[in-house]
Amino acid sequence: MAEYKYTPADFKSDQQVKWCAGCGDHAVLNAVQRAMPEVADALDIPHERFVFVSGIGCSSRFIYYMRTFGFHTIHGRAAAIATGIKVANPELSVWVCTGDGDSLAIGGNHFIHAVRRNVDLNIILFNNEIYGLTKGQYSPTTKLGTVTKTSPYGTVEHPFNPGELAIGAKATFFARTVDAEVGLTKDLLVEAAKHRGTSIVEALVNCMIFNNKTHAGFAADKATRAEHTITLRHGEKMLFGADRKRGLVLEGLQLKVVTVGEDGYTEDDILTHDAHCEDTTLHGMLAAMKYPDFPVALGVIRNVQEPCIYDRAVEEQVEQVRAKSRIKTMDDLLSSGETWSIE
Amino acid sequence: MEQNTQLLQDVVIRFSGDSGDGMQLTGTLFSETSALGGNAISTFPDYPAEIRAPQGTVAGVSGFQVHFGSHDVHNPGDKCDVLVAMNPAALKANRAFLKPNATIIVDSDTLTADNIAKAGFTTDNPIDELGLQDYNIIHARITTMTREVLSDSELDNKARLKCKNMFALGITLYITGKSTSHAHEYIDSKFERKSHEVAHANKQAVEAGYNYAANNHLIHAAYAVEPSGLERGTYRTINGNVATAWGFMAAAERSGRPLFCGSYPITPATVILEELAKHKELGVKTVQAEDEIAGICTAIGAAYAGSLAVTTTSGPGLSLKSEALGLAVMAELPLVVVDVQRGGPSTGLPTKTEQSDLMQALYGRNGECPVPVIAASSPGDCFHYAFEAARIAMEHMTPVILLTDGFIANSSEAWRIPKMESLPTICPPLAERGEGDFMPYERDPQTLARKWALPGKAGLEHRIGGLEKNHLTGNISYEPANHEEMVHVRAAKVAAVREDIPTLSVAGDSTGELLVVGWGGTHGHLCSAVEQLRNEGKSVSHCHLNYLNPLPKGTEEIFGKFRHIVVCELNEGQAAAYLRGIFPHTEFLQYNKCQGQPFSIEELKSVFNEILSK
Repeated sequence: MAEYKYTPADFKSDQQVKWCAGCGDHAVLNAVQRAMPEVADALDIPHERFVFVSGIGCSSRFIYYMRTFGFHTIHGRAAAIATGIKVANPELSVWVCTGDGDSLAIGGNHFIHAVRRNVDLNIILFNNEIYGLTKGQYSPTTKLGTVTKTSPYGTVEHPFNPGELAIGAKATFFARTVDAEVGLTKDLLVEAAKHRGTSIVEALVNCMIFNNKTHAGFAADKATRAEHTITLRHGEKMLFGADRKRGLVLEGLQLKVVTVGEDGYTEDDILTHDAHCEDTTLHGMLAAMKYPDFPVALGVIRNVQEPCIYDRAVEEQVEQVRAKSRIKTMDDLLSSGETWSIE
Repeated sequence: MEQNTQLLQDVVIRFSGDSGDGMQLTGTLFSETSALGGNAISTFPDYPAEIRAPQGTVAGVSGFQVHFGSHDVHNPGDKCDVLVAMNPAALKANRAFLKPNATIIVDSDTLTADNIAKAGFTTDNPIDELGLQDYNIIHARITTMTREVLSDSELDNKARLKCKNMFALGITLYITGKSTSHAHEYIDSKFERKSHEVAHANKQAVEAGYNYAANNHLIHAAYAVEPSGLERGTYRTINGNVATAWGFMAAAERSGRPLFCGSYPITPATVILEELAKHKELGVKTVQAEDEIAGICTAIGAAYAGSLAVTTTSGPGLSLKSEALGLAVMAELPLVVVDVQRGGPSTGLPTKTEQSDLMQALYGRNGECPVPVIAASSPGDCFHYAFEAARIAMEHMTPVILLTDGFIANSSEAWRIPKMESLPTICPPLAERGEGDFMPYERDPQTLARKWALPGKAGLEHRIGGLEKNHLTGNISYEPANHEEMVHVRAAKVAAVREDIPTLSVAGDSTGELLVVGWGGTHGHLCSAVEQLRNEGKSVSHCHLNYLNPLPKGTEEIFGKFRHIVVCELNEGQAAAYLRGIFPHTEFLQYNKCQGQPFSIEELKSVFNEILSK
């Protein structure tokens, strides 16, 4: 472990943060700036090797507030641009800041293909279930029936659950947090950085102005979060509630919430979280749990190590071919194969 | 060889058959043999978009034309001296490409009622129906003879018949006085490892075709072409797409920046990506992206991280890339976008050539969004202009569009191999840590290029993006005067490229009656047409634009010295309109063609003669 002795201040730019007061993005920014010194030490990455890339939307302004290399790109394309950066220089620690519209609507294609390729990117997906910067239109994560400016009679399309989508695409790392849990967010970001391959941290953030309290049912305050979310930790029992008496069991092919000590359930019956399991079935079910029938899953839901990491594999192939080939320079190539001379 | 061999300066042979008949390979082998024998060559594959259109139909005909000569041939030729037709559909499809005294070698086994009907003939005699009675027609039973010579082969009937094309190759090698040795070497290198039987059968077929021609007194015509007087040097054959890929690899070596290509497959540009993907030994990284947009976006990311970044596409793909190209303009990153133009709009004519993306390249983006646009004019000089595009992109910190087209991309020619040391060193303005905060938009006073600040270099941390930014710090700025300043400086930076490109020159006299102006891939045809008219004593000169934006120095002076100027292009007049905007007091005539085919020299000459007679 390196000791760079960075502080969060080393990652704060001189630009004024211009998100609305009360916006959940402030808390995520705070967590990121707290996570970076830990990431630097844990992975031996000096300050100048951090790159933040974003698309378009409120959350994509993020990069201006970080005193790192930053690239604010165009709508939906951050994952593709970040892929190019990481493939060109795998030594960089590349972070993508993107919203639900940016990554799942206009950028849906790049998002799933970054996941499929398992590029070593850390994607922070700010999910407020609304388009904020264009002032309040529904997004691909907006709940069915929600009234917005472009759905004055309620939406008639089903939302994506980003966790289900990512795990369905065989994401190797998926974690979820809520804006208010700054400590948890910070821990998850460090875990995401340590994971090699595409890491997605979905941050459920509140938009005070256009979609206030969309996550409040399960995330309004500490007490509500204790009852209606479950923070998964690898190797630990899936217990939640203020008294940690409720838990998750599998009944047939369904998850079920039970209370320890009731209906004959003991703690032994409660599932133990295995984030490293290659099979996606249970991870997908955990990611899909919806309030109010289930607790919303937070923490690292899936964290598996795939041997093929795109940016490294591209580099390794280049090295292997280079080592074997007799062609070392362009002159070698130009004069290879069939040529003839005119004297 | 036959006694009545004609000694000619140049000969055009067209190989034509079903898409599955192997005509592209036959043509390629013939042209390589010609080149190795010292002829200058120019080739043109003409094939349908469908991989295997219905057998025997005109839609499924695939052609490959080779022009070889004892002088520097600039184009694949308008019409052919020899047509090889592997079926009646090929006869029909190529009727228009025959010279008056052409020799036609037809596989007479295929002239069955069924095939004749499939090719859409209304009578049972395709020769008469096409009015070919007076041509020198060789009815060769290519199918039967190939089957017979391979009667001892272990291959099945279908595999034997696949060797028909090699039989046809053998015939053409004989009548042009060429040896079969290159064909043998190629077959060995291609098939021997996979199957000895296949390699052996193909070689037998070549020899059988050659001997058939040698022994057959029906062959009246034979052609001989002396080796060409090309410039001294070492040569190879190369097509435009491969030359483009190699040009970028050369620019990577001369700049010290690693080469990255992010692309999505699209006809007729795909070969550039395929070629780059082969050359990992020289450190090339390629990403086959999920779509055209990701192609350019991965390239922009790689440019940001310090690579010589390219993305390759054709017209529809350029449309998809235009928003991201605007980002590269705004972020002022080096990037080359190659557009191998094809017939449009929309899917258009994927395998056919056109020059109709000029306006899109010059203007097809939102906002005031200038980029340098350059165009290659022959298969071989795609190397040079790819190198130039990369040089300008990196030294001037701007995206550059390189236009080629389906014709030069797929055509091959004998290309004199350059020595790498003869190419200029490329010096991108890499940022180093200085005093105080790094200012990402500080500029070189001459080129107006900003510095390239690579992530990973301490002290250079900075933020850039697609929002308008302060002219020094790069921070977001909505200040009205700053925006106008940035609009002007981005334009001035592109205009400054003019100081860094060669002055325009004229082929022929520098004053006269008629100046023929062309750009890009029409060079070979325009050049031949003008040369021929000059040999007839006509006052015609040729001026060819490779740098479209900015236009090179000397353009206005040249235009001022001719009585007429005609702008010739394979579109409806895009360069003509562009030039009229820049030179409003000059009169530009125009000659345009939109048939998915290159110009023919005959049509050009008649257009020029008509203007001269005014």
